[in-house]
Amino acid sequence: MTITGALLELRNVSVDYVGRNGSVSAVQDVCLSLSEGETFGLVGESGCGKTTLSMALMGLLPETAKVTGEILFRGADLTIMSESDRRELRGDQIGMVFQDPATSLDPTFSIGSQVAETLRAHRKMSRKQAKARALELLIEVGIPAAETRYTDPPHRLSGGMRQRVVIAAALANDPVLLLADEPTTALDVTIQAQILDLLAGLQKKHHTTNLLVAHDLGIVAQVCDRVAVMYAGQLVEVAPVAQLFADPQHPYTRALMDALPTATHAAGALRVIKGQVPDLADPPSGCRFKDRCPHRMAECEQLPPLAESANGSQVACWLHPATRAAAGRQPLASISLTKGGEKVV
Amino acid sequence: MVKKLSDQPQAPPLLQVQGLVKHFPVRRGVFGRGAVVHAVESVDFVVNRGEVVSLVGESGSGKTTVGRCITGMTEPTAGTIRFEGQDIAGNSRTARDSFRRRVQPVFQDPRSSLDPRWTIERTIGEPLNAYRIGNPEQRSARVRELMDMVGLPTYLAQRRPQELSGGQQQRVAIAAALALEPDLIVADEPVSALDVSVQAQILNLLSELRSRLGLALLFIAHDLSVVEHLSDRVAVMYLGRIVETGPVKEVYHRSRHPYTKALIEAIPRPDPTQVMSANRLTGEIPSPVNPPSGCRFHPRCPVAIDRCSTDDPAPTVFGMRHTAACHVAAMQFAAESHSQPAKDPR
Repeated sequence: MTITGALLELRNVSVDYVGRNGSVSAVQDVCLSLSEGETFGLVGESGCGKTTLSMALMGLLPETAKVTGEILFRGADLTIMSESDRRELRGDQIGMVFQDPATSLDPTFSIGSQVAETLRAHRKMSRKQAKARALELLIEVGIPAAETRYTDPPHRLSGGMRQRVVIAAALANDPVLLLADEPTTALDVTIQAQILDLLAGLQKKHHTTNLLVAHDLGIVAQVCDRVAVMYAGQLVEVAPVAQLFADPQHPYTRALMDALPTATHAAGALRVIKGQVPDLADPPSGCRFKDRCPHRMAECEQLPPLAESANGSQVACWLHPATRAAAGRQPLASISLTKGGEKVV
Repeated sequence: MVKKLSDQPQAPPLLQVQGLVKHFPVRRGVFGRGAVVHAVESVDFVVNRGEVVSLVGESGSGKTTVGRCITGMTEPTAGTIRFEGQDIAGNSRTARDSFRRRVQPVFQDPRSSLDPRWTIERTIGEPLNAYRIGNPEQRSARVRELMDMVGLPTYLAQRRPQELSGGQQQRVAIAAALALEPDLIVADEPVSALDVSVQAQILNLLSELRSRLGLALLFIAHDLSVVEHLSDRVAVMYLGRIVETGPVKEVYHRSRHPYTKALIEAIPRPDPTQVMSANRLTGEIPSPVNPPSGCRFHPRCPVAIDRCSTDDPAPTVFGMRHTAACHVAAMQFAAESHSQPAKDPR
């Protein structure tokens, strides 16, 4: 067993979906570590591999997915753990909240019994004890009149209330790690704000480490301590949240920020990223952003290593002295990231 | 098609919606008595030629139903919809047809709004076909012109939707909507299924088309940042009503209605230095089957007074085309103007 200071550490994790007609490289060589108590954001656009990576972590990928590398949770490698041991971890030490509360709850059971079930699956508890504890949890997550609603089936609840039930179930066994994959994407903005408050409040109280998978940079900016940005299966930048938004280091991160609609951009003047996400069944060699990058150079044919720069962020780009130093190369004369890409209508 | 561009104040607006009401009957249980969903209740607004007006609100606000009434996908229960001053409901069939041509919808999800079996050329050319405009060569030329206009390379003409990316599919939907040279596009969440970088492309395209073709746009959306970026004016809806409307800067920076304020404060800003306000709207939007009495927002309103539960507030004018329907805001405004009559109205 390897001892590490991190609660969760990913070492060179790759995920390939293997099919009859070849394979899709969904995640490539990701290295990450989460410290205890932080809220860590994993962001990127559709198909960047953020959900695949989080599913790999949970051991919930389909048979066709081949995971390589090490996923160390409190020092134990999850990738070599038996399925029954992993099942023990899920819902116990690792809690999960997914995007759509309508599908993560069973429509035929009452909300209360579903929370109680999670308790009894992992703890020796009488039905009565489980029920009492489940009720406490429903109250804690802010279900109004929880006692009378205990027996309601999920469809009697609004989307926001259902997500509260999912959170109650996720927290039932005092997990140390809470994985939330787009937990507010299906909700309206005022309800989203309530759920984000709830998650932040619960984290403070239960001292969980939260891994938030999201596409909305606004949410990430507001709730995360550190953020990892993924593009086409590669990790391009990891940085403290303030650093990431104030001074993005990778050209993709920069471009993503510039594409956000704001009132200060005149209508029609948003910077866009040229071209399209590469086909991951036939991914380009080296940096996968290179074909869309305004700074493309010959070296981009080789995969740039993720390396820590002077300002505390990690970046995987040949423009950066840190990446270059990590690969034993001389720094470039000077760099400055151009704003976004070109304006393309 | 010759249209007079008139700046005379008498010229009727392009689209004028007055007292729009839409109720949907629902049945409760197998033998239940009919209940009614009050989806839209007495909505008034105007879209001028070349203007971008947004309807914003959360699920259940009725914004989509308003759009569907305008594009003729559902019949209003009451109220009038005038296009260049003509009531579309009272019109003859031919006049209605011409209205339909000039108002075109664009939907949220291009994957479900485009026919998967049709080529891009056929999809974009279908409106021309339906109205028997031009001969096949002319139609084909027009399709290529439209593809060019929305930034689709013409070699995609013989492809089918599934071979295109989400952003390209939405460009196809926009090209098809433009085929009949409409004056107004009603776009319901046209970018919410798209990633940020693709969303930026479509937003740029919409603004470009607007300035190039003089198109007016009724933009229906829940994303307040997108709305702020794109719109001239905005109408905020809550439970079937417009609660506040005005120029976008006024509504965002000098919101009068407590719901608008709460909605804007709840946007997570992509800037960690701009900390979200701790004020939260509590509770959830009530059922439109049984909307609250008085002001529909009063059960969730942080500043509600007794009167709010009984009297439905009428819109108060707060400035140039800026109105909000709130008793408390109206009282505050009256007090402000009373105490500082000589204040510079910056």
